[in-house]
Amino acid sequence: MGEIRLMKGNEALGEAAIRAGLQGYFGYPITPQSEVMEYLAQQEPHHNYVFLQAESEVAAVNMMYGAGGAGARVLTTTSSPGFSLMQEGISYIACAEIPCLFCNVVRGGPGLGTIQPSQSDYFQSTKGGGHGDYHTIVLAPNSVQEMVDFVYLGFNLADKYRTPVTILSDGAIGQMMEKVELPDPVEYKPDKPWATTGKTKDRERNILTSLYIQSEDMEKKNQKLQKKYEKIKQNEIRFDEYKTEDAEIIIVSFGLSSRVSRKSVDIGRAQGMKIGLFRPQTVWPFPYEKLREYADKDRVKFFISIEMNAGQMVEDVKLAVCGKKPVHFYGRMGGIVPDSYEVIEQIKKIKE
Amino acid sequence: MLKEMVFAGFGGQGVLSMGTLIAYAAMKEGKEVSWFPSYGPEMRGGTANCMVNVSDEAISSPIDTEFDIAAVFNIPSLEKFEPKVKKGGILIWENSVIKKGPTRKDIHSYGVPAIRTATDKLKNIKVMNMVAMGALLKITQIVKKESVLTALKGTLPERYHHLLPLNRNALDMGFDLIKTK
Repeated sequence: MGEIRLMKGNEALGEAAIRAGLQGYFGYPITPQSEVMEYLAQQEPHHNYVFLQAESEVAAVNMMYGAGGAGARVLTTTSSPGFSLMQEGISYIACAEIPCLFCNVVRGGPGLGTIQPSQSDYFQSTKGGGHGDYHTIVLAPNSVQEMVDFVYLGFNLADKYRTPVTILSDGAIGQMMEKVELPDPVEYKPDKPWATTGKTKDRERNILTSLYIQSEDMEKKNQKLQKKYEKIKQNEIRFDEYKTEDAEIIIVSFGLSSRVSRKSVDIGRAQGMKIGLFRPQTVWPFPYEKLREYADKDRVKFFISIEMNAGQMVEDVKLAVCGKKPVHFYGRMGGIVPDSYEVIEQIKKIKE
Repeated sequence: MLKEMVFAGFGGQGVLSMGTLIAYAAMKEGKEVSWFPSYGPEMRGGTANCMVNVSDEAISSPIDTEFDIAAVFNIPSLEKFEPKVKKGGILIWENSVIKKGPTRKDIHSYGVPAIRTATDKLKNIKVMNMVAMGALLKITQIVKKESVLTALKGTLPERYHHLLPLNRNALDMGFDLIKTK
């Protein structure tokens, strides 16, 4: 068993990155993410990684591109407005196929918005975000423990598929403290023959680029990426369930709102309603097929997506359910977290 | 058994630390815990609060709407959280700054002179929260006194460890402020 600590989500993410063999961190402060930077800055003298506060998020993402391209295990963290600034770079990184780990500790938008927790960057994170046909793997933690676990997982998936990976967190998961078990540190030995580490006599030049002037080449590149995304869809879908075995009403929820919803399940069940919770841990790739299985079950009456936004993941739930059962939505916006009783009230309204 | 708690007062009164100590102590006693702070604009000069959950089982929502235990240290916090204490729940309020206490009859409320005790008897207002903590432990038995001291040692940077005896005093004094009924 690893070391047990009481930690904030943001600090736990920083510590996990160090233990997972972090080699480079590039970032720019923004609430509610800044504790990651503070933690990594404070720990830097005791470890062997580069910590750099860039002049902006645009600079930070391009440092990720450079260091990741040279084969380093790299991380940046930011919050919503900063993540928007990074999108151009992420598109380049996706095309150049460079393993990088991003964490967006989401706050309420649009615009500069609020610093309170939100999930309104779901579309941005799962549907691409920048220009071009690409995806990043998107992991959605709902606890401080998953802030740790998904750092290890995220780094490994990034390496395995040569792709950017996003941890889609939120202000509350970042700011709250929970008991967390920290895995033992790993000695990171990268196996990246493609990295731009300097040409040697025994190999050709390694070129990492996102520029393919000839359309035929660009299409080939796209086909390669799409093939990779298919493979990710086949192998990397992750989800978690709570009391779905006999559920007639299925709440679909991710991140912090899934914690709120889990309590709603217990409240509802105490009142005789058979409610269950389905929680995607990867929101891209989204667990369409598993949800479809529930849509096919006679006992399932309807689905309700609970989110801290105006209704984003609900579109994926609808794609999964494919019109077979009603799909409802309830959400709060702008940094307001719905409470568990509110969710139950909504479900009662639908039942009537 | 899930216990939902809130600690609220002015920024600087040590309410976030109180919550942290309870969470840490409960964790050391083998419980599941969560601690969720108000952050941002509220933290800067206004009222600060943190919600703490302690349970034998995995904690669902870290954000609570009603509380088994509330400890409040200024008037805005009393106004905000008195209505949110569960029926039969416990409300601890600092009665040397809050003159007009809670009015609800369906909860157990305890006025604790934490600030007066800290300033008059211990000559250090900063340990006000530990006086209140002592009272809270006596009333609720949420964690053991020893666990809180372990938690303090675990969370306080070593350069402040000379303050541990003062904190222990404050804790004991708060504990003794409450006469068992």
